[in-house]
Amino acid sequence: MSKNIVKVVFVFIAMFVVSVGYSFDQHEGHDHSHDHATEHNHDHATTSDHGTEEGHGEHGEGGHEYDPTSTAIHHISDGNVWTILEAVSIPLPTILYAKDRGWDVFMSSKFHAGHHEDGHSSYNGYVLHHGSVKRVIDPSFPQKGSVDVGHFIHKTELRANGKEGDVYYVEYNGKEYKLDSKTTLDGGILGGGITSFWDFSITKNVVAMLIVVLLLFFMFRSAARKYKENPMKAPSGLQGMLETLVVFVRDEVAVPFIGEKKYMKYFPFLLSIFFFILGLNLFGQIPFLGSVNATGNLSITMVLAILVFLLVNLSGNKHYWEHTFWMPGVPVAVKPILAAVEGMGLFIKPLTLMLRLAGNISAGHIAILSFIGLIFIFSNSGESFGGGVIGSAMSIPLTLFMMAIELVVAFVQAFVFTILTASYIGAATEEAHH
Amino acid sequence: MTGTLVALGAGLAVIGAGLGIGMVGGKAMEAIARQPEAAGDIRSGMIIMAAFVEGAALIAILLSIFMS
Repeated sequence: MSKNIVKVVFVFIAMFVVSVGYSFDQHEGHDHSHDHATEHNHDHATTSDHGTEEGHGEHGEGGHEYDPTSTAIHHISDGNVWTILEAVSIPLPTILYAKDRGWDVFMSSKFHAGHHEDGHSSYNGYVLHHGSVKRVIDPSFPQKGSVDVGHFIHKTELRANGKEGDVYYVEYNGKEYKLDSKTTLDGGILGGGITSFWDFSITKNVVAMLIVVLLLFFMFRSAARKYKENPMKAPSGLQGMLETLVVFVRDEVAVPFIGEKKYMKYFPFLLSIFFFILGLNLFGQIPFLGSVNATGNLSITMVLAILVFLLVNLSGNKHYWEHTFWMPGVPVAVKPILAAVEGMGLFIKPLTLMLRLAGNISAGHIAILSFIGLIFIFSNSGESFGGGVIGSAMSIPLTLFMMAIELVVAFVQAFVFTILTASYIGAATEEAHH
Repeated sequence: MTGTLVALGAGLAVIGAGLGIGMVGGKAMEAIARQPEAAGDIRSGMIIMAAFVEGAALIAILLSIFMS
């Protein structure tokens, strides 16, 4: 019994030492011309990207104040460079389309950003700022080839849609050039809109989705092959784990909500949603692999919600539409009011699916990043050793606890998405029971 | 000013979440005490309900991050 306690204490002390050493190492040699203006925490909303990074907010800025908010937001945002531990940066393909220029496909290493959010060079008139590609529309800026640009400036001015907002400028050869963000199809709600170029880059989220999809494909294929070769054999290994989950989804989610007779038609969709969300959630939890916050990104969850919306409404039967818009058993005067409410509900239900998943996953990542950021705050970005020790002592147990909770949240959120989808499908396809 | 209001809003949302999840948990405890054989069902129901309540609060927090 005491041997186990000794082991546990040893492990804790080892983790301590490693992380204190880490926080020490961070403040050397980071000569950023980072522009941490005071109102920094907002605009990542305009491009509505969220991503998340695991664990170690390494932005020790040697001389610059450590800014936990911008570090957290940077680490949950999508980006064009995949950095692992700030040492290895894997550039990802950037695919851009502008109406007047056509397609531009190049590796994001041309921005020379390293592991920072801002690129030092422009390429073909595009620059990398805060992890996302922006374009210089001014024709006097070199629109072909690569030039070195200065730093980026934020100003708050009146934008095209009449509202005050942030406009970004890049400084080059002493002159300031206005930057244009990528097109976002949000109709201006989140500050986006149709701009001069479209960004189809293979970003971190896309790569994460591809990896998870390939992984799921190979896992299920190997399990299916084992079932085909020897149907009577007891499941083992990977097959066993997958069978548990699949049977769980069938018995707790599909059959109770959709019914014995009809669940088979929708079962593959439910399984796909469940494993896709679960896989992406867990992928985002892997520490050090480089801040992937796929399911915390509203765009990805929005696509899933749209799929659910289409499926539910395309498979609605007469009984469903009747109950939504002309519900029986209600006085005629009240029916239109209830119909309006139910009509809104048609859209609000998938909307909540989208927001719930994105919010839960993003919030978990932000919590973990904040706890790790505590180490940097306490140690004054690596300058105070005692502070570093105390910061680590407080933050490591909290972070471990938070990560354990995040594992549970990964499962629960995938399960809740699936069960709600099943419930909506069940409501759409149920027979009249009067 | 917006930042302060946003922070206040997020804090209020968390109060709602805390109350909600606390009530769910409390009622679940009472139910398990009344009928220990149903503990498994009650526990899984409790986790699902907590996820829903938490979802509402996190929607508020997400929006507050958006608004700055």
